[in-house]
This record gives sequence, C-alpha cells and structure tokens, in this order.
Amino acid sequence: MPDDRDILLDVRDLHVKFVSRERTVHAVNGVSFELERGEVLGILGESGSGKSVTLRSIQKLLPPRNAVLSGSIWLDGEDVLTMPRKQLAELRGSDVSMIFQEPATAFDPVYTIGDQICETIVHHEGISQSEARARALELLELVRIPSAKQRLDTYPHEMSGGMRQRAMIALALSCRPKLLLADEPTTALDATVQIQVLLLLAQLQEELGLSIIFVTHDVGVAIEVSSRLAVMYGGQIVETGPLAEVVQSPVHPYTQGLLASTIHSASRGHRLEAIPGSPPNLEAPPTKCTFAPRCPYVEAACTAAVPQLEPLSDHRAVRCIRSEVGQASAAFAGN
Amino acid sequence: MPAINSQNANTETPQRPLLQVQNLRKYFSTKRALPAFGESPPVRAVDGISFDVQKGETLGVVGESGCGKSTMARLLIRLIDPDEGTVILDGKTIGGPGGLPIREMRSRVQMVFQDSYASLNPRLPIEESIAFGPISAGVPHDEANERAIAILAKVGLEPRLFVHRYPHELSGGQRQRVNIARALALDPRLLILDEAVSALDKSVEAQVLNLLSDLRKQLDLTYIFISHDLNVVRYISDKVMVMYLGEIVEIGDVEQVYEDPRHPYTKALLMAQPTMDPNRRTKEAPITGDPPNPIRPPSGCRFHTRCPFAEPVCAEKVPPLIRDGEGTRRVACHLWQEKSGHSKAGSDMAKELSYAG
Ligand SMILES: Nc1ncnc2c1ncn2[C@@H]1O[C@H](COP(=O)(O)OP(=O)(O)O)[C@@H](O)[C@H]1O
Ligand SMILES: Nc1ncnc2c1ncn2[C@@H]1O[C@H](COP(=O)(O)OP(=O)(O)O)[C@@H](O)[C@H]1O
Ligand code: SF4
Ligand SMILES: [Mg+2]
Ligand SMILES: [Mg+2]
Repeated sequence: MPDDRDILLDVRDLHVKFVSRERTVHAVNGVSFELERGEVLGILGESGSGKSVTLRSIQKLLPPRNAVLSGSIWLDGEDVLTMPRKQLAELRGSDVSMIFQEPATAFDPVYTIGDQICETIVHHEGISQSEARARALELLELVRIPSAKQRLDTYPHEMSGGMRQRAMIALALSCRPKLLLADEPTTALDATVQIQVLLLLAQLQEELGLSIIFVTHDVGVAIEVSSRLAVMYGGQIVETGPLAEVVQSPVHPYTQGLLASTIHSASRGHRLEAIPGSPPNLEAPPTKCTFAPRCPYVEAACTAAVPQLEPLSDHRAVRCIRSEVGQASAAFAGN
Repeated sequence: MPAINSQNANTETPQRPLLQVQNLRKYFSTKRALPAFGESPPVRAVDGISFDVQKGETLGVVGESGCGKSTMARLLIRLIDPDEGTVILDGKTIGGPGGLPIREMRSRVQMVFQDSYASLNPRLPIEESIAFGPISAGVPHDEANERAIAILAKVGLEPRLFVHRYPHELSGGQRQRVNIARALALDPRLLILDEAVSALDKSVEAQVLNLLSDLRKQLDLTYIFISHDLNVVRYISDKVMVMYLGEIVEIGDVEQVYEDPRHPYTKALLMAQPTMDPNRRTKEAPITGDPPNPIRPPSGCRFHTRCPFAEPVCAEKVPPLIRDGEGTRRVACHLWQEKSGHSKAGSDMAKELSYAG
C-alpha cells in the first residue's frame, strides 16, 4: 500500500476482557484500524458489540480493577497503553477528548457552563482567567449557541437537551484536541434536534479539520457523518471501507443482514429480512467466525478457525472466509 | 367531534370503529420546591385529542419525547384517569356509571412497554408470568398454563426450552416476545405497543416486527403502535397520528402523510430523519431549536415558535384539527384552512411552501 497517508491513530490487535469472580467478558477481540488525520471513522454495530469499550481504550479509560488490555494504540507515534500516568492525564484532557450520549456525565451540575469550560482551558493551557473566558465565549459561538454571552453563566440543568449537547461539544473542543471521540452523542436527542447536532459536527469537522471517531448503532446516523465505516460484531471489526462502498455493496454477511433488516422508506409491504438468532455472549474468546451461528452461508471452514480481516481492495477489508466470492451473492435481499 | 351515532350504539356494523377517543385530556400538576410561590402551572401532557381506530387496522403514533404519547396510552388502558374526555370501546363508554367496567376493558385492551425487564416479575418463570393474567381473571390454573404454552409457541419461543426460564435468562428480543405473549394471554382485541421494539437491536427488531405482523393477521388484532422511529411506524401502520406538545397536528393514511405531509411539523420531522443514501446526505436542518416545554406551551398553534411559515395569526388563533379536502386526513394548521387569516391559506398556495435543503 502506498504510504503517503498521514496516520494519526493506529490501533493494533486490541484485546479487552473484563474479569470478575463470576465471569469473564471478552469485549474486544483483536481490533485493528488506522485513522488518517482529518478523517471521520464511523464505528457501527449493535449493542454489546464492543464499540464503547474500543473507544474508551483509546483514552485508556477502563476500570483498571477488572479490565485487561493488550495490543497497542499509537497516537501520533506514542503508545497510549504504555504511557506513564501523568502523560495519560494530559492526553485525556487535551489531545483526545470525548463526547457522550449523556451530557450529564461531562458537566458538574453545580458550576456554570462557562466556569467549567474556563477551568479546563486554564488547567491544560495555563492561560489567564480572562483569556480563558474569552475563549469559552468563542467556543459557545463556534457551536452556534444563541445568546452565547448569557449562556456562559447558565447551569447545565437550565439548558435544553440540544443546547447541553452543543455545550459539551464546546467543552470537548476547548483544548484543540487532535482527536475527537464521539460515543452515540445524538442517540438521546429528538429527531429534529439530532439532525442539528449531526450537521454541527460535520461543519466543525470541515472548518477545523477535526479527526473524529463516531460510534453509533444507527445506520442512518453513521451515513450522515462518516467518511469511512467500520462494522463491529462480537468485539471484532467484520468489515471496513469507504462509507458509500460498504453501504452500497456490503460483503460481510452480517453487514448485509444489518442493512437489510434496517427499516427504511421502501420497506413497507415487504417482509423484513431479519437475522435469525441473537448476538454472541462473549463468555469465551472466539474460536471461529463469531457470526457463524446466525449466518446463512456457514460452512465447515467458518468454524474451523477465526477468519482474519483480509484486504479486499486497497481500501476495504472483510473478516469472512467467503470475502472473495461474497460480493457476488447477497442472500439478504432488499437493500 | 360529533357525538357517536346512537344507531351504532348496540348493533354490530362494520363501520363502527373499535376505539373512539373524544377530547381526551390529562394535565399533571408539578410540585414547587417552595410552597410560598403557590400553585405552579400543570404539564399539559395530553390536551384534548380525538381520533378513531378501526377494527383490524394499525394506528401509528409519532412525535418527539414528551409530546404525550405514553400518557395517551396510559389513559387508554386507565393506568391513569383522564381529566376530561371519553373513550369508547366497541360502542361502549369505558368507566363511569353504566359504562364498560375497567376490569372488562382490560381483558380486551392490553399494552406492551419498551422496557422488557420492568414489566416481567424477575422471580417468576415465564410460564407463570404469562399465566398470571388469565388466572387473576378467573381462568383455572391448568387451563391458564396450557394457554401460556400455546402462546409461547405462537410468539416463536419453543415452549419446551422456555417455559421454565426466568427473565434474566433471556435476550432482549426474547423478553419482548414474552411480553407480547403475556399481553395476548387474555385474548385482547386491541394491543397498545408503546416503544415496544425501540430498545431492540435492528436485526432483532425486524424479527419482532415480523412476528407482530403475523399475529395481527392470525388473531385479527388491532394495534396502536407508538414509536419515535418514523421508518418503523411507516412500515407497520395503516394510519399515522403526529403529536406535538400534547396535541394532534396531523392524522391520516400512512402513505398519504409520509408522501405528502401537510403540517409543517410533520414535514420537519420527516426531513430530520437521517438519510440512508450516502450520496444524498442532509445539508440543512429543517427547523432549529428544541421543542418547548409543555408546562407553558406557545399560544395559538403550538408549533408557531419553530415554524418557518408562521404569521401573526398563528400565535393568536388555535388552528382546529379539521378534514382537509378528500380522504380521511385531518390537519391542524392555518395554512391549510381557507379564510384562516394566514396570507398563504388555501391549498394551492400552501402546497408550494417548502423547506430549504
Ligand atoms: N466495565 C465493564 N465491566 C464488565 N463488562 C463490561 C464493562 N464495560 C463493558 N462491558 C461489556 O463489554 C461488552 C461490550 O460493551 P460495549 O463496548 O459497551 O458495547 P457497545 O457496542 O454497546 O458500546 C458488553 O458485553 C458489555 O457488557
Ligand atoms: N406522572 C407524571 N407526572 C408529571 N408529569 C408527567 C407524568 N407523566 C408524564 N409527564 C409529563 O407529561 C409530558 C408527556 O409525557 P409522555 O406522555 O411520557 O411523553 P412521550 O411518551 O411522548 O415521550 C412530559 O412533559 C412528561 O414529563
Ligand atoms: S398554523 Fe401557522 S405556525 Fe402553525 S404550523 Fe401552520 S403555518 Fe406554522
Ligand atoms: Mg456503547
Ligand atoms: Mg413515551
């Protein structure tokens, strides 16, 4: 592969398991991907597929008590997983920032929005209070919060859901992060508000050249924001490639099934192509294709070993033993 | 709304709706931290809504969170009492002197909720959870258990494998099937599904929607299907009702409403749906801001604070929900009512107004 690409993040063979007395959960089982600077990678998958755990690993934000991580996460040439604690704290506040579904987790209810943004800026950049306040105002304007000046002095609970989400984006951008991690940030919002926040993120991405990883379970949301897509199932990436290619010609049977079972305007009058069965329970590390029990194409080779994520072309990769033939045959109709 | 025709009151005519809802209203009082400030204004959760549901049809209900969908559902099965309004089931007024007793109504109307955990007793094996309703309605134990087994098979759960399991031993999709089975155990005519598939993953949601379609045909059921997901509602419904801040803004045949929405809020809601086509991403949001608080809803048309077509009349007069020309569609917007005082009123002009983007 020609390497004139500018790689910001390189995740290699990431494994995460949670170990407790009662049970072990193999949440992430060999995830590898790269993120170019200025790219928006959408990670799409159903609940429990390991999206949030993958994302939190990038900030090493997992409970050290029971989380066991292996692999490497290179951010601008440094491995997050082996970083000293002090450097890690610095990274979490400034180089890599995160926005969540629930803004309540980002803001302290007893301080105003303005104070919290200022505090973060002063802490990480050591500038004066008044400079920080000017920056905080700029940030609220950047995320298009109306009457931004008054809004600096409001408390989180005084804002509507959509405004709080904008304020959280402002907070996340306050130290000019190299990488923005977004974990379903619009899932709890109403439809008419969700689209506003998605478009805001897309505009900011373009204006500021942000690099973003955007996690979602919603195909439509992934389509609105991503330039590239990684589809997760059972703690693994099963397919990755440019957005339009993956959506228009999915190769992995799970991607095909997920798209076919997603209801859209043309579904009416047709029986839905549901994927039978339910997702894997993750109690043991995979020894075969994790989708095999639900896959209409399953054959002996699928259960003999774990299929690797094999390149399909320069930009695409698929974890399925049939990936070379896969493209030709779509068992799931309707997409 | 006209009163029901007395000629329909007792005879079985095909035209008579299974459910008639007239001017249903529910305000919730809100408590103030400081009593010195006196009574605070109530939340106008459901504010005078009227609609019919025909036998065998599915009425979809959409609208953003807090617009009153769940309150409406809870009023219909009398988990809460309305402040005002009448609900008529199969020609009989529910509750009140001489009306259909609530208990009897509950054997004909059942509900399935979003949270599949909360509605199942964690200490009961699912066979008993399903048999519980019929037993408390007086069905003998053995018969109720037999019925439970038969219904499990109907909802696609092999009885041999599932009768003795507990809720925590099931996946989300399986639990929701059990909830559907439980609702069906009393052989209801009308099933109210309140975000019943919303917590499920897409692949499993499709399984449950297929099941619901099959059951409707097999058991001759009528559904009220509440969801914030417009695509799912379009898929499953015959009619759709769009709510905003406790009121109905538009109601009609699902394809008519989705293909040619009339109310500016319906249009905005449809345009706000994320695209499924990577080559046609959304460029502009149809409306700005968040929905207002239902404690002090805007005057006149409640949508006027966010409506790009609003004129002074919209803040002054409440637009009635009235029939719009041919068909059964009803719309509450001054744009679609002649002589309303809106300068673009009258269908032809109104049709040309559209959102940018
Ligand atoms: N702190 C934790 N302790 C134990 N298990 C966890 C923890 N965090 C996540 N998991 C488990 O890891 C798996 C993947 O979770 P997650 O990454 O949150 O999924 P999602 O794709 O829905 O974001 C799930 O089975 C989840 O229950
Ligand atoms: N028991 C209650 N007490 C006070 N307010 C309530 C109660 N139940 C619902 N509400 C309020 O009524 C409005 C409508 O709520 P709901 O019917 O749950 O909406 P939806 O189901 O459309 O999201 C909301 O503002 C909600 O906060
Ligand atoms: S009545 Fe006026 S404000 Fe309300 S939707 Fe119609 S045009 Fe908009
Ligand atoms: Mg998650
Ligand atoms: Mg609700």
